[in-house]
Amino acid sequence: MKLQISSRLAIFALLELAGDPQRQVSVSEIGEKFGVSAHHLAKVMHTLGRAGLVRSIRGVGGGYSFAGNARRTTLLDVIELFEETSSVDCDMAEAGDLSSAEWALSQVLCEIDDIARATLGAITLSTMLKQIARRSEAKPARATASA
Amino acid sequence: MSQQITIRRARKSDLDHVAGLDERVTGIAKPDYWRDIYTRYAARRTKERFFLVAEAAGGEGECPVLGFIVGEVRAWEFGSRPCGWVFAFSVEPETRLQGIGERLFEAMSAEFRNAGIETMRTMVARHNRLHMAFFRSEGMVAGPYLQLEKTLNE
Ligand SMILES: CC(C)(COP(=O)(O)OP(=O)(O)OC[C@H]1O[C@@H](n2cnc3c(N)ncnc32)[C@H](O)[C@@H]1OP(=O)(O)O)[C@@H](O)C(=O)NCCC(=O)NCCS
Repeated sequence: MKLQISSRLAIFALLELAGDPQRQVSVSEIGEKFGVSAHHLAKVMHTLGRAGLVRSIRGVGGGYSFAGNARRTTLLDVIELFEETSSVDCDMAEAGDLSSAEWALSQVLCEIDDIARATLGAITLSTMLKQIARRSEAKPARATASA
Repeated sequence: MSQQITIRRARKSDLDHVAGLDERVTGIAKPDYWRDIYTRYAARRTKERFFLVAEAAGGEGECPVLGFIVGEVRAWEFGSRPCGWVFAFSVEPETRLQGIGERLFEAMSAEFRNAGIETMRTMVARHNRLHMAFFRSEGMVAGPYLQLEKTLNE
């Protein structure tokens, strides 16, 4: 499964902010950390803001802070803000006007998509943060991701 | 509000409460099944079989059992090295989201660890978001086996 760059950035930015909900982080700070342009990130943050997951704070020292519920927001919730996740193959497998070979392949690809969706829909931001914390306990040196 | 609880091995007197909780959660009454589970998992081979309950502090209320978890060490199934399996797990709906599920899960992990086991497994319906989210939040990830099935009456 390949995620679009906006979805990946959104997840990284949310993990950065949700790790400390009191913290305000500027777009350029996040951009620098993950090596992406502030322009691209600004669009992502805007979408996250509209979804109520981040809050923008104006003025000097402003930026963004986390505004969602990390224990109830899943990776799928975030990804669906940026890309279509429903499976073309599952729709095709049900449509019925396919050749047998096309139908059989759609079945297989639909099965894979279904597992991917179920996995992304079960992992919350807070579960991701716990996973990151466990890793940095085991490997204190490097605990960040890059886009 | 958070409940004061203790986790301990199941006793015979817990059986009706466990069966009642299971019936409330699943909608299916199965007293014989629970009697059998008790005999097999709480009354013998208790070094490798664990039937644990979460009991409300005081323990004498109307609903003293607030949750249960059942698991066992299984070895060499499908060629697997010994591992701990959790196959029944429930928390009283009215006292969920207070950490009781996590306490039961941790207590079961500790039992397996004491038995020298390094891996714990369970099976979840992949569309059951609650179960999936719970086990993921406890650090479980997809294991190396996939469950497969076939409809036999086609
Ligand atoms: C799954 C279950 C055991 C969890 O018990 P619980 O006591 O509510 O769990 P906890 O309070 O310890 O929750 C631990 C973590 O699980 C996750 N979780 C629990 N309920 C959740 C929910 N409704 N949505 C999302 N995540 C949830 C959370 O990450 C939670 O941590 P958090 O509170 O810090 O966010 C309980 O919901 C249950 O019994 N479900 C029915 C089980 C069943 O059907 N059994 C019959 C077949 S065996």
